[in-house]
Amino acid sequence: MNWEAFWLTVRLAAIVSTLLIAIGIPIAYWLTYSRWRWKFLVEAAVALPIVLPPTVLGFYVLVALGSRSPFGRWWESFNGHTLAFTFGGLVIGSLFYSLPFAVQPFAASFGAVDGKLLRASASLGHSPVQTFRRVVLPLSRAGLVTGFALSFAHTLGEFGVVLMVGGNIPGVTRTISIDIYDQVEAANYSSANSTALLLLVISFLVLATVYGLNRRSWAVGPWR
Amino acid sequence: MAVKIILPARAAPQAAVEPISSELEVRIRKRFPNPEGSFNLNVHFRALAGFTILFGASGAGKTTLLDCIAGLTDPDEGRIAIGGEDLYDSENKRNLVAWKRSIGYVHQDLALFPHLTAEENVAYGLRSLSAVERQSRSREILAAFRIDHLRDRRPAQIAGGERQRVALARTLVTNPRALLLDEPLAALDRPTKSSLVGDLRKWNQLNRVPILFVTHSSEEVFALGDEVIVLDAGRIVAQGRPHEVMCAPRLETVAHLSGFENIFGATVTALHATRGTMTCRLGTGEVELETPLVSAEIGSRLRVGIRAGDLLLATASPQGLSARNILPGTIRQLVQRDVMVSAMVDCGGAEFEVHLTLAARDDLQLGAGKSVWIVIKTHSCHLMGG
Repeated sequence: MNWEAFWLTVRLAAIVSTLLIAIGIPIAYWLTYSRWRWKFLVEAAVALPIVLPPTVLGFYVLVALGSRSPFGRWWESFNGHTLAFTFGGLVIGSLFYSLPFAVQPFAASFGAVDGKLLRASASLGHSPVQTFRRVVLPLSRAGLVTGFALSFAHTLGEFGVVLMVGGNIPGVTRTISIDIYDQVEAANYSSANSTALLLLVISFLVLATVYGLNRRSWAVGPWR
Repeated sequence: MAVKIILPARAAPQAAVEPISSELEVRIRKRFPNPEGSFNLNVHFRALAGFTILFGASGAGKTTLLDCIAGLTDPDEGRIAIGGEDLYDSENKRNLVAWKRSIGYVHQDLALFPHLTAEENVAYGLRSLSAVERQSRSREILAAFRIDHLRDRRPAQIAGGERQRVALARTLVTNPRALLLDEPLAALDRPTKSSLVGDLRKWNQLNRVPILFVTHSSEEVFALGDEVIVLDAGRIVAQGRPHEVMCAPRLETVAHLSGFENIFGATVTALHATRGTMTCRLGTGEVELETPLVSAEIGSRLRVGIRAGDLLLATASPQGLSARNILPGTIRQLVQRDVMVSAMVDCGGAEFEVHLTLAARDDLQLGAGKSVWIVIKTHSCHLMGG
């Protein structure tokens, strides 16, 4: 059991899912309320990581982080090295990789808030942003938890993007799924099994939490 | 020649007392969809402080009109002003956003915030006040609306009539410049309704702002209205005091809305100036009615409206009655509606709807094909223009 890889993975998932709350809420807000007619193109782009092979996503993130891209050069001029094959690079790749798993539950729960409440709020003198903060967000608690948990679980199990962007550097970019792969390569099956089992149990617990929160009796929120 | 009927102007003394600042002026046009396709809302009216009833069938454009005033939807053109300040003016490209209009709007389904307690709901619109002031103001109005015991409950734990009170209190506490009420009493039983109306009136005496009150119940029109505006297919078809507009409707659309089951086209055949009556022939048939006298000439065409509940049925030719109109006819059909019976009676060229009790039907052994006499008092005949 490689605890170093385990804690690195948990740290990565926690950072990514927390950042995705901050990044995902404004994107989901825009997707819910925008009436721009090309909105569907943005929706499709956000959903891309669901269907795209992780290696494809990882490849483009790697290129974007590398010293041939403007972003990579800009970063290099500050820090002396590119983000490729670093923990920071892994975070950026994972943000893209797990974006739809945060944005889609967020947007779905924002959209499910009754429009009459928004109109009532406006008539009571609240701007759209104030209404969002005081009505939409509190009523979307279940969706926010779902998005956080799904992106956490999804990041926990990622493999392709990590391999492309981070490589396999112990303590820096070697995550738990890559560790399992290494164990199997080395024919170390019992160690691979205990690690795989741990990942399975954690993922199940996270998903069970999500579905428990979305029980029908809690459709409006877990208060009574 | 068409009959000209002029609606009496709104009583002047009351208008003189109202400060000009509270007047709501609306002159808008908007295309809007309704179940029968889309049509134009095209209205122009002023509402002074006090209750103005917006009366009309569903789909007449009442809610669209309120949405425009509240700023929740934009008119195509026109002007909306309150106390002389423009909220919307298509000419000057002015359109104040809804949340800056200070117009209270209570919708039939209340839209209480489910995650907030009654007190938090009521305090919601007092954002700009300090926490202390917010609490004292909301507790004050909770007490005035007799719902302070519900303070810590969420809407799901509050009963129907009391939820209405919370919704009204939440809007009134913000001191709106005008109040829009879209059938806020529709779901209530009668005692709850009248006690809420009392509280609203009390509030309005202290806060002299215009209240636009939407309803399609003619009962509420009489109970509340200082002034009634009748809306039909997006247009104002009548405006005035409730008893003028509703009891003696000059227009057929109003008559239908306020419950005239019998409406006939008629031609004036004789004037009896000394008796204060005239004779009208209904439609193209033989049936003639004695009606109240209006300024019309022989040969004028007008409409006669009669409530089904104002008609009497007799199974033998009645003798010695004061009523001037006794018409023989045959029952074509009897339909029971709840505890009331509706009889369709053919009087040779004119068919009347008559409302009876179940007991009357049974005592008189009424049924289809039976010969009857319809009795109509002269003053049950209401005359209207086209």
